[in-house]
Amino acid sequence: MIENALKGGKRYWSWIAFLLVIIAVGGLYWLRQFNEGLTITGLNRDVSWGLYIAQFTFMVGVAASAVMVVLPYYLHNYKAFGKITILGEFVAVGACIMCMGFIFVDMGQPFRITNVFLHPSPNSMMFWDTVVLMGYLVLNVLISFVTLHSEKKSIAPPKWIRPIIILSIPWAVSIHTVTAFLYAGLVARPFWMTAVMAPRFLATAFSAGPALLILLALILRKNTKFDTGKEPIQKLAIIVTYAMIMNVFLLLMEIFTAVYSGIPEHLDHFKYLYFGLGENTALVPWMWTSAVLAVIALVLLIVPQFRKNETLLIWGCIAVFISIWIDKGMGMIVTGYIPNPLHTVTEYVPTFPEVMITLMVWALGGLIITGLYKVALSVRKQLV
Amino acid sequence: MGVDRRKFVKIAGAAALGLTAAPPIKLFSSETEEKADTSLCNTATDSCVCKPPEVDPVEQGLKKDPTRWAMVVNLGECRKHEDCKDCILACHETHNVPDFPKKKDEVKWIWKEQFSHAFHEVENEFGDEELNHSPALLLCNHCDNPPCVKVCPTQATWKREQDGIVMMDWHRCIGCRYCLAACPYGSRSFNYRDPRPHIKEINTDFPTRMRGVVEKCTFCDERLAEGKLPACVDACKYGCLTFGDLEDADSKVRELLHSHFTIRRKPGLGTQPEVFYIV
Ligand code: SF4
Ligand code: SF4
Repeated sequence: MIENALKGGKRYWSWIAFLLVIIAVGGLYWLRQFNEGLTITGLNRDVSWGLYIAQFTFMVGVAASAVMVVLPYYLHNYKAFGKITILGEFVAVGACIMCMGFIFVDMGQPFRITNVFLHPSPNSMMFWDTVVLMGYLVLNVLISFVTLHSEKKSIAPPKWIRPIIILSIPWAVSIHTVTAFLYAGLVARPFWMTAVMAPRFLATAFSAGPALLILLALILRKNTKFDTGKEPIQKLAIIVTYAMIMNVFLLLMEIFTAVYSGIPEHLDHFKYLYFGLGENTALVPWMWTSAVLAVIALVLLIVPQFRKNETLLIWGCIAVFISIWIDKGMGMIVTGYIPNPLHTVTEYVPTFPEVMITLMVWALGGLIITGLYKVALSVRKQLV
Repeated sequence: MGVDRRKFVKIAGAAALGLTAAPPIKLFSSETEEKADTSLCNTATDSCVCKPPEVDPVEQGLKKDPTRWAMVVNLGECRKHEDCKDCILACHETHNVPDFPKKKDEVKWIWKEQFSHAFHEVENEFGDEELNHSPALLLCNHCDNPPCVKVCPTQATWKREQDGIVMMDWHRCIGCRYCLAACPYGSRSFNYRDPRPHIKEINTDFPTRMRGVVEKCTFCDERLAEGKLPACVDACKYGCLTFGDLEDADSKVRELLHSHFTIRRKPGLGTQPEVFYIV
């Protein structure tokens, strides 16, 4: 089954080659980082998490979003998601590996990672996050391969897999909740100290993730014989719409609390995000881009005529994806550190090597998802 | 050093636990304890460092109440010597703290920071301008309830049971920098690059670190073990720094806390810093 990933036409191989080049170039920068240390990034004493951890946070959401196809299909027997479920699970696999990649490149001593298991620390949310993420990866690899294998043989999936599939549903929620707890329980960071973080993470996950899935399904439809049909795309679009509304609603709750209470320790973070603090305005253009895209996305998604028009839907999904990627990634992580605990400002801008290493991990995820999709499509084509 | 010391700490910790679980023994031995305390007192300094924390209570055949090391910084006096850096230099030289050319890589254990930043929550727009701009000495607070320890995924930073020092194991730290996110005082530094080439003169009695690990003040646990005061306290020729045991009612720190109005950084967070400031 797996061997299908190694068969393909010219287009397929040029895409793979493109990803491999990015991985190779990024890999060189990673080697440099490994030799010189994280000094080659823009990180500093005050802003000690940046682009890598931002990508990690965003990707956990993408991974968790598989539940939005798994749940209707397996729990509610919503048949229209039959073809697309495996795509969601494979995205989850790729996203999980990317999460681990981003953690790995962010660590000062990456080869000591085993210490997390040699000295388990249940106090630490990072310990739990590692545990649930690895568990989630295993669950998704198992589920997707077992179901695909049965499909190949045109038999029903074995009975024992069902409880595992059901388990993966709350597990998906848990990975993103625990990821929110990484940040939300820190007395040092008022910006992150919000009970709304986990719910908002889920809302952003369930909009950005399915938005990506819609885009991927449409790309597949255009380039291959694989077609999910209109119905699942439209159903996913509705999920994206509701989740995006929840996300924007929760963001407004955050802003109300900060602005109305007016506590400088909270408010200043939001000021930094949208207006900058004094000369320090690195994130301002990004955050307004995110805000404008969110509004565009809502218009395109909420108005039924727009949503049902697939061209406009594509733009809506792109807007959702980028808006959340900015806001939940760099916006969320970096602003936790600005202003710092001394209420002064040190800014952070990623460096070129840092961006290349980030692209490397993205390309790695892209490679994994491409290969897995190839496998899935080959199995399906055999069926026809 | 990490492994041995940790092992010791574990044994000592376990021993301490065992003894507290057996209150009658403690009750009867309290007299011997006190005697033993004074007999161990080897210096005539104001702030008595008479309880070497690394003496195994089991080996000694006695159990002491846990020590709680604390520091009182007299900012009023310190302010008068704005350019003095004796304590900082002494600490950084003793502990092989690197001096990186770029500020973004900075590593520091103890440093001076504008008062209005260090205590921004008590800043007052009509307050004493001079005070607001005066330097305050900052270091790890060795919090009683340290958020940095809570978050560490490898227990590479931990609170030593017998004396409350928040310790670091540089051989175990994975450099995830979660503790930097968690410390509400900005007390921790990460080695973004190899520190060794940037140490002016290596002190061979103290370990150097490698790149990719976190470090911070350890209240000079290595000097305390030898019955010495922390390097910064020793270095201050104006007597601005006082170090001692909060559990000891007669200690100089307790006396200062009693006779002066002191403040701590961000007391509302419940971290219970063990560094106090006389303004
Ligand atoms: S001051 Fe910071 S580093 Fe020191 S014990 Fe408290 S939280 Fe930990
Ligand atoms: S950087 Fe080191 S000491 Fe800090 S939390 Fe991570 S492993 Fe623990």
